[in-house]
Amino acid sequence: MEGKAIKNPVATPGASVEQKRYGAILDVAMKVGLLVLVVSFILYLVGFPKPFIPVEDVSSYWTLKLHSVVNGEETGYLHKTGIEPGWAWASSDNLKKSDFLTFAPIAFLASVTVICYLSILPIFLKRKDYIYAALAVTEVLVLVLAASGILPSGGH
Amino acid sequence: MSKKRTLFFTVALMILMAIFVVGMVQAATGPDPANPGGAESSIPWWGWPLILLVVTFLMGILAVLGGVGGAVLYTPIIGGFFPFGMDFVRGAGLLVALAGSLAAGPGLLKKGLADLRLAIPVALIASTTAVMGAMVGLALSDAIIQTTMGLAILAIVVIMFLAKKSEYPDVQQADKLSSILRISGVYHEPSSDKDINWKIHRTIPGLIMFIGIGFMAGMFGLGAGWANVPVLNLVMGAPLKVSVATSKFLLATTDTSAAWMYLNAGAVIPMIVVPSIIGIMLGSLVGVKILAKTKPSAVRVIVLVMLIFAGLRALLKGTGVWA
Repeated sequence: MEGKAIKNPVATPGASVEQKRYGAILDVAMKVGLLVLVVSFILYLVGFPKPFIPVEDVSSYWTLKLHSVVNGEETGYLHKTGIEPGWAWASSDNLKKSDFLTFAPIAFLASVTVICYLSILPIFLKRKDYIYAALAVTEVLVLVLAASGILPSGGH
Repeated sequence: MSKKRTLFFTVALMILMAIFVVGMVQAATGPDPANPGGAESSIPWWGWPLILLVVTFLMGILAVLGGVGGAVLYTPIIGGFFPFGMDFVRGAGLLVALAGSLAAGPGLLKKGLADLRLAIPVALIASTTAVMGAMVGLALSDAIIQTTMGLAILAIVVIMFLAKKSEYPDVQQADKLSSILRISGVYHEPSSDKDINWKIHRTIPGLIMFIGIGFMAGMFGLGAGWANVPVLNLVMGAPLKVSVATSKFLLATTDTSAAWMYLNAGAVIPMIVVPSIIGIMLGSLVGVKILAKTKPSAVRVIVLVMLIFAGLRALLKGTGVWA
């Protein structure tokens, strides 16, 4: 409690410059993302535009496993629904369907952290805080790699 | 809070619980008890999302009052008692934790309670291992996931029960790594009207622990708040408020990486995810309002009992004893 701040840009109580910028961008992006999520979900519920899977049929699929093989036959969720994994939901055809449209704000919310990290990178570089600049770049790379769909995800 | 409002909340909670119980019973006695939420269910298609909204609303209240993140309650309880496949529940759990963290982040950062310099190295380690955890989790069968998650939840209960919290840990000297990274800060404590200088130690052991925390978050879709706070506070020596705020903030990064893995695998169903996010967030808002008028210790006992029950349910479901 009695310790002294060591060469920290935050010398007085309150947020540092990068925290303020991160917080401001996060605030706007989060609110926009959540609002669009709710609106797109309402559109999905009323069936506008027509969903890939009608809302009344979703309960037939949500009990399934993602992948499942019974007697040599694939019986999993992806196979039964015909939904393609990865970024297939973002194709121009699929974005005309209200259930796939709901994925857009979900993906946006999952991208907000990358946007925030990129926004504070110039502050680290300007301050010649190269360690944190490198950490921020590495974090962005990890998140982009996870989002890319390159990594294997599933298969049981 | 007036007696009238307390009564209103109590009645509202009882009604919601009654709806939940009725829904569960109906589902279990439907035409196809083995597939209570499927096409043959006696519940209309909108029934389960509505029940989910109600239950996650209650969870949001309890999570705030019990001082835990929503996902640690969400994944085992929804996975144990709802008809949804575990892949979808874990994907939704991560998105629930992510949404809660994104919503809380701006306020915590602006007040200087969440510390970016502390969060960035921790988040990098946890988010990297969360990706690995998600890959492992998505490749395992539901039975293995349920069994191991049941054991993990019971271990979390033990940790939550035994771990003492330290308001201002005694950090005599910052260690070398935290000095190089310049992880320290000052925040204003309104209760004592003092500025609190803080620094951390044992940075390397703390960072190593986040390897496991991130992995478990990704594998089970549990979020990671239950482990973040003890490690930041007790191991690394960050003040409790800074630990809680930084933990909440860094969940957005940890869970984002794992959430992408579930999203790319196709394990996200909007009909499960969106009511869950709305329910938890509305519940959290109500929870914050009634926080000042409740006994945290009593609520904490309820949360621990719920976790024990959910952990046992997952364990028994995974082992086939209570399918």
